[in-house]
Amino acid sequence: MKIIGTGSALPALTVTNDDLAGFLDTNDQWITTRTGIQERHLLSTEDLYDLAVDASIKAIKAAGLRPDQIDFLLVSNVANRHVTPGLSCIVQKRIGLTCAGLDINVACAGFVNALMLADGMMKAGRAKNILVLCAEEPTKYCDWHERDCSVLFGDGAGAVVLTEGNAFKDVQLTMISDRDVLYYERGMETTPFEQHYIKGQPLVMKGKELFKTAVSESAKDIQTILKRANLTHEDITYFMLHQANKRIIEGIRKIVGGPEEKYPTVIEKYGNTSSASIPIMLDEMLADNKIKAGDKIVMSAFGAGFVSAACLWEWEF
Amino acid sequence: MSRIQEKTRALVASKMKLDESEVTPEKNLFNDLGADSLDFVELSVLLEREFNVKFTEDDTAKVKTVADLYQLIEKYTSK
Repeated sequence: MKIIGTGSALPALTVTNDDLAGFLDTNDQWITTRTGIQERHLLSTEDLYDLAVDASIKAIKAAGLRPDQIDFLLVSNVANRHVTPGLSCIVQKRIGLTCAGLDINVACAGFVNALMLADGMMKAGRAKNILVLCAEEPTKYCDWHERDCSVLFGDGAGAVVLTEGNAFKDVQLTMISDRDVLYYERGMETTPFEQHYIKGQPLVMKGKELFKTAVSESAKDIQTILKRANLTHEDITYFMLHQANKRIIEGIRKIVGGPEEKYPTVIEKYGNTSSASIPIMLDEMLADNKIKAGDKIVMSAFGAGFVSAACLWEWEF
Repeated sequence: MSRIQEKTRALVASKMKLDESEVTPEKNLFNDLGADSLDFVELSVLLEREFNVKFTEDDTAKVKTVADLYQLIEKYTSK
């Protein structure tokens, strides 16, 4: 499997740390030193489906394909206004696709998990060209009265078109059941038989625990995948990590090794866009010609669950 | 100084970009050595990996000084 086209889309509205300091108990220095985030894009006039369609069409065009040549649509999304139907169903027609698709929710690790599924589908001969779309609006489930979560997130979509090839080398998935570290609980309809009504609440995060688990498990995934391939950090051109927090990325780098240049970031501009963060960054890096054939790239993502996932590529065009 | 203390001191110095001679037992990790809460979490991960232990939140919450850190690791490694 290899990636032959990428696309990304971000909301038009840019919100800086100073903008947030206007109504939250925070300031630019606090946010920047603890997260590395300087600004983020937030949905305002457009909706998530617009971003999803935009990113997808760009990826299909970049791949040199027509929408009817896509055999399957895999969507990673944590939450959007529709619990059902799936986001894949909602955007399928607008992208111009005629194929089937499905949604997965593996939190911020959704992209790498979707790659694993796409790889399996191709190996099983079920699809030749697969569109993986990660579309996320985490700012819609944050509590905007407090600073702990709301300053961290941004909205966005990233998409890749995958086809047959030998670039995708390996994948490592981890799941450690621990709901309390990070969760968003939605409200449910009441029934006459309800004993314990769940009202729902915005995203709850135990920051320090999450930070610790993310650094530890992501590093473990990466080291596992390097060991299996008989590689060291010196062999890797880029470690493309989920853009959750610059300090987490730095923590992982200190364990895995290698200079900062090998750990690209876009979190400064976009905040944490959940599962869309890696495909958005990949799209930018390819547009900037930062990736060349033969580059060995590790992707690693982690999030609510706790889940984490890493994969290894040897880049082909 | 024990091997555990030497390793711990080296990790603290490396993490906080300090000379090892500055990492003395009475120093407060936060007020004297400049660590913030995330530095401390990162340090915990590095120490857990180094000594193959898993700290509880309750125990790490009590750590203020380098000496506290030595005691914490000695407690876990002697289990």
